[in-house]
Amino acid sequence: MIIPVLLGMSLVVFFMIRAIPGNPAQVILGQKATKEAVAALTHKLGLDEPWYVQYVKYIGGLLRGDLGESIRTGAPIAKEIWPYLAATLELSLAAMLIAIVVGVNAGIISAWFQNSWFDYIAMVLALLGVSMPIFWLGLMEQWLFSIQLDWLPTSGREDVRNPIEAITHLYLIDTLLSGNTEQFWQVVQHLVLPSVALATIPMAIIARMTRSSMLEVMKSDYIRTARAKGLSMFWVVYKHSLKNAIIPVLTVIGLQTGLLLGGAILTETIFSWPGIGRYIYDAIGYRDYPVIQSGILIIAVIFIFINLIVDLLYAAIDPRIKYN
Amino acid sequence: MRRNKWFAWLAMLLAVVLVFAGCGKSKESAGGGSDKPPTQDTLVYGRGGDSVSLDPATVTDGESLKVTKNIFDTLLDYNDNDTSVKPALATEWTISEDGLTYTFKLRQDVKFHDGTDFNAEAVVFNFERWANGNADTFPYYGSMFGGYKNDEGHVIKEVKALDDYTVQFVLKRPQAPFLKNIAMTPFAIASPEAVKKYGDKFGEHPVGTGPFVFKEWKRNERIVLEKNENYWENGYPKLNQLIFVSIPDNSARLNALLKGEIDIMEDLNPTDLKQVEGNKEFQIFKRPSMNVAYVGLTATRGPLKNKLVRQALNYAVDKQAIIDAFYAGQAEPAKNPMPPSIPGYNDAIQDYPFDLEKAKQLLAEAGYPNGFEIELWAMPVPRPYMPDGQKIAEAIQANFAKIGVKAKIVTYEWATYLDKVAKGEADVFLLGWTGDNGDADNFLYALLDKDSIGSNNYTYFSNDELHNILVEAQTVSDENQRNELYKRAQEIIKEEAPWIPLVHSTPLLAGKANIQGFHPHPTGSDKFTKVEFQ
Repeated sequence: MIIPVLLGMSLVVFFMIRAIPGNPAQVILGQKATKEAVAALTHKLGLDEPWYVQYVKYIGGLLRGDLGESIRTGAPIAKEIWPYLAATLELSLAAMLIAIVVGVNAGIISAWFQNSWFDYIAMVLALLGVSMPIFWLGLMEQWLFSIQLDWLPTSGREDVRNPIEAITHLYLIDTLLSGNTEQFWQVVQHLVLPSVALATIPMAIIARMTRSSMLEVMKSDYIRTARAKGLSMFWVVYKHSLKNAIIPVLTVIGLQTGLLLGGAILTETIFSWPGIGRYIYDAIGYRDYPVIQSGILIIAVIFIFINLIVDLLYAAIDPRIKYN
Repeated sequence: MRRNKWFAWLAMLLAVVLVFAGCGKSKESAGGGSDKPPTQDTLVYGRGGDSVSLDPATVTDGESLKVTKNIFDTLLDYNDNDTSVKPALATEWTISEDGLTYTFKLRQDVKFHDGTDFNAEAVVFNFERWANGNADTFPYYGSMFGGYKNDEGHVIKEVKALDDYTVQFVLKRPQAPFLKNIAMTPFAIASPEAVKKYGDKFGEHPVGTGPFVFKEWKRNERIVLEKNENYWENGYPKLNQLIFVSIPDNSARLNALLKGEIDIMEDLNPTDLKQVEGNKEFQIFKRPSMNVAYVGLTATRGPLKNKLVRQALNYAVDKQAIIDAFYAGQAEPAKNPMPPSIPGYNDAIQDYPFDLEKAKQLLAEAGYPNGFEIELWAMPVPRPYMPDGQKIAEAIQANFAKIGVKAKIVTYEWATYLDKVAKGEADVFLLGWTGDNGDADNFLYALLDKDSIGSNNYTYFSNDELHNILVEAQTVSDENQRNELYKRAQEIIKEEAPWIPLVHSTPLLAGKANIQGFHPHPTGSDKFTKVEFQ
């Protein structure tokens, strides 16, 4: 099932990007290039071959594990893409962690103390979170926390004057592996602002989802029974209700994680985060077809993978759900 | 009950506390913050995009060339504030009477970063490498020297080493801006050994003779250069490390400067000028103008085919208002296609004044008493010559409306925009140009000659009298004669009005107050040899 989906998707992407006006050779060489220069590079890149030849060559490469080469840099994409992917992974996972911890708890407490002042404030904040433009939020964060309060850095993953030795390109891990605690804290500091900015939308959605799901569950008979039996509210809420309410929330969490991994392009631009969103977005600007095709393919694969994990989690949490 | 409530609050607060736990560290750990070393010797330069390649002859984009300028040297270099030339890798030169033979004496005891010798053979190697290429491998070589080895237009007949430190260029016909051309950043001398060793990958392992040695390139993040301890200019460079960092958003880049994460930023929004000027910790740098922002009037489309219509539109734009509103005053109105700093600039020309009545009159004469409808194209990205294309288009739209010309604003993503404009699909469009070598040919011929239709002449303007003058000027060696020819060219252009020249802008940079020796160059590529922190 996965293979046809991916193939179909690659075909759609392949055509869509070639439908955009603009010749990659012209873009690479820039405004000042001569006609001859553009024609020569077009030929060199194989862009003047018929579309089916280009597509077959691309798929053939994929089957061999070759994601193609970037038109712009000439480097093999499979090698080039990992640092960007790792950067986005770190950012997205940090953002999802914040979104889940804060969002789920906020949703639970809102449901538990329904119609209290906490509930109203939380839901208003959730609405604000979803409505705020993220690049504005990012710039505001920089202005307040970096410049005015001087608590956190404005951009990038690390201090340029004190760069990090990349091993896995996941800096939290790399700094621990090299035992450098000072750099570890630097990485954490650099992660804070962008991941908080990125977390606002998923946090809001998760909070609302958790709240409504919990409200549903807490009305049920078995919850009333548990309370009648004398169980403390805390266990009623956090153990019994949550377990039953979490299924729809898991779906939302899975979707949101997939969306974030797809590249938080706006956040990455404001915070100069060298992630995969910017990588692919820049590639579109350069008409770097192989990067666009392979980049989107990889994100699709990750998305599918996350949904697979979510499906498995359903089965783990709800014993009624079984897969063959 | 209350205790459980506290549990819940604690769970949420835990996340927040963890996050700020690191903050206490930011004041103690000296990372890049509070504890300053005695004199700073690492300079971090913030720019908008990443470089494409560090092999200067293979690229055309400014982001690549501004870095390679510091890794390599050229035979001649430009002076600080203009494009007059001075010795660099060549110490003196003679030109034959007929303007066909240039003989250069080279600097001695200069080594490439890989330890190999710089000599005449190396110069010959580089020029042969380019001449043997084509428009796709070495784009700038072809456009500045008339083509490649087997092309008829190729101006260089041969390059030879007379001895270890003397190199001679023999031309097929005189080329007036020849010295300015070889001083251009793309024509820097690379180590032949390194080129042979790295081949296609030389762009990722650049080796030159320049003040800084290439150390590391993390794509889309930073390029790190280190001091060349054996640089031929004694006592220089002053900096130990020069780091180029990519920060795409102009406002985010300013935030990084204000926070101290970078030391110099380029492309300061004119609207942010006041904020930086008022701050004693920073200073403003101005890049001398060598650009032009213009409104192209495509000569093949609709009413624009008529010269009177084009002149009418010229009368209808209030340039000063645009400068005040969108350039924070950091620009001057343009009356010619090239800026005043270019030799041959015709100052005697009177600009079309802002005169709506005259404009309406001309339109009526041309047969459009009630105006007409047209598309006005604007770019979506900030450019050095135009910080906000969309808003400037709106101002022009309002101007045009007053004479009955209804302009519909159209925009496309940048690469698409250039592509469509180049194909002649735009009626009236905003664009601009930054000069490469300070020569009039680089503006007038490249942008308005009929030979350049299909490359950079986007208005498809074709005028034979202009063409003949420009071609003649390319071969004349006498500077005064050339300037006279270019002045005549500008008169023709003024009369035919293929453009509305808008402004020559002064791009702004900002940096720490204690930086000395930094003089932004008109071409956009800066050499950091003499830069230091006080």
